[in-house]
Amino acid sequence: MISVNLLAVFYLISGVLFILALRGLSSPETSRKGNLFGIIGMALAIGVTIISVGSFSTGFLYLIILLLIGGSIGAFIAFKIPMTAMPELVAGFHSLVGLAAVFVAISAFLNPEVFKLGSPGNIKIASLIEMSLGAAIGAITFTGSIIAFLKLRGIMSGSPITFFGQHYVNLFLGLFLIGLIFYLCRTQVDTWFWTIILISFLLGVLLIIPIGGADMPVVISMLNSYSGWAAAGIGFTLENTALIITGALVGSSGAILSYIMCKGMNRSFFNVILGGWGATEQSSSNKSQEQKPVKNGNADDAAFLMKNASSVIIVPGYGMAVAQAQHALREMVDALKKNGVKVSYAIHPVAGRMPGHMNVLLAEANVPYDEVFELEEINNDFANCDVAYVIGANDVTNPVAKSDPQSPIFGMPVLDVEKSKSVLFVKRSLSPGYAGIDNDLFYRDNTLMLFADAKKMTEEIVKSL
Amino acid sequence: MEIDPFIFRLSIFILSIFIGYYVVWSVTPSLHTPLMSVTNAISSVIIVGAIIAALAGETGNIFDTANIFGFLAIILAAVNIFGGFLVTQRMLAMYKKKKKDKK
Repeated sequence: MISVNLLAVFYLISGVLFILALRGLSSPETSRKGNLFGIIGMALAIGVTIISVGSFSTGFLYLIILLLIGGSIGAFIAFKIPMTAMPELVAGFHSLVGLAAVFVAISAFLNPEVFKLGSPGNIKIASLIEMSLGAAIGAITFTGSIIAFLKLRGIMSGSPITFFGQHYVNLFLGLFLIGLIFYLCRTQVDTWFWTIILISFLLGVLLIIPIGGADMPVVISMLNSYSGWAAAGIGFTLENTALIITGALVGSSGAILSYIMCKGMNRSFFNVILGGWGATEQSSSNKSQEQKPVKNGNADDAAFLMKNASSVIIVPGYGMAVAQAQHALREMVDALKKNGVKVSYAIHPVAGRMPGHMNVLLAEANVPYDEVFELEEINNDFANCDVAYVIGANDVTNPVAKSDPQSPIFGMPVLDVEKSKSVLFVKRSLSPGYAGIDNDLFYRDNTLMLFADAKKMTEEIVKSL
Repeated sequence: MEIDPFIFRLSIFILSIFIGYYVVWSVTPSLHTPLMSVTNAISSVIIVGAIIAALAGETGNIFDTANIFGFLAIILAAVNIFGGFLVTQRMLAMYKKKKKDKK
């Protein structure tokens, strides 16, 4: 047994180590050390907790076995998962944190003496509020993340599922939850507690189904944030500093990422949460452009253009991830560099299905990170660049966002791809992107459309280079 | 009158939110995916609650419902801790390899 005060100091230390873990991510150089701090913090927290419980008999044996089972599953997944599946993985992991929070809350509710919260049927009101909030947010995180996972995995359609009065149903359920927590505090009846968890499970599903595939970066960040708040709620219940600090860190981290993603689409958080991109507005911009001519090219044309360019900017998007084209892309860039072409990459904040998705894929393909630029850093360079190679991106390059106030994506920050001397646009067809609007870029004089799978086209270009 | 310990915890919570705010804004956008996986891993520190829940009141019956929920939470959190940190490590290693390549 160690004293409560010493225990609290250790939890504080592990909280500080977690802060350093996040701090390390400010540059790739320091990031690995940061991750190490995180691991040490976690080992410390687990170690002192085991010592504080103090009994090393059968229970302890089970604990070690379960840690090993869970740990090997986790390690197996971590090593096997392809980088293109990162968004699903993170969504899946969020669901586990959510469910763990629910389980801990249930356990605390059933056996409050252990956590010194009173006795069953007579739990301290403050603790009861904290644990029901932790359980509710955890439950929402759990089912919400499952839906996000299914959508990202393609098991469930990525298109928004909406029904009449949806937002009112959610609002009602939310208010109902608050009412239930109030009643639980007054009566201490366990039925209310179980109802809170069930309603939260339902609410998690309902909150995520109306959100479409391309809004997933916001959803994942938001669920990341929720998992943090759930942990903080449990931290208050258990009076544990490490959990409170971590919950606050994770909660604000997820919130900031959601904000950055919303900014990248010029939409408010509520606009995204309330579902599908305005389906009614599509017709206006679609009609006039049906029969416009496009210039169609092949791999040889593209290779010729790029070989004779002095600078090329590559604009990757979700399509690159789907086609797994990042390695082929890297080969193409290597070939171009041999020809003395200067190559850089331009990444839109919402390219892909999660924050930083494109960066990780390019890193996997061994692209040096100092060749990869964010929107603000590189947008002025398009004017001086000979060729822009758009691979798997669409809406984030649409000049309509700057020119047409009628367009649903008007005001969204876009990459100024059209300013480069020529644009190569790899795409399977002329179909509009997620926002459901036509991309003006297809019909520009300086655009050459390359109709093919992103990976195949890039490989062919490599061949003809 | 003494200050309720809850207020101290609330202070820690609020100050941590501010620390999180400033620390996360300084994270470079190219590392946003590792940021998500590492925050996911550290939020699994909820395992400390699970351990207490699972091992407590052992003298009587360890397979009390409350304990079982604790044990289940341990497995879930363990998957997350190992999975989260290792996948972060794997990603960050890729950012390193490239730097060497270049030199």
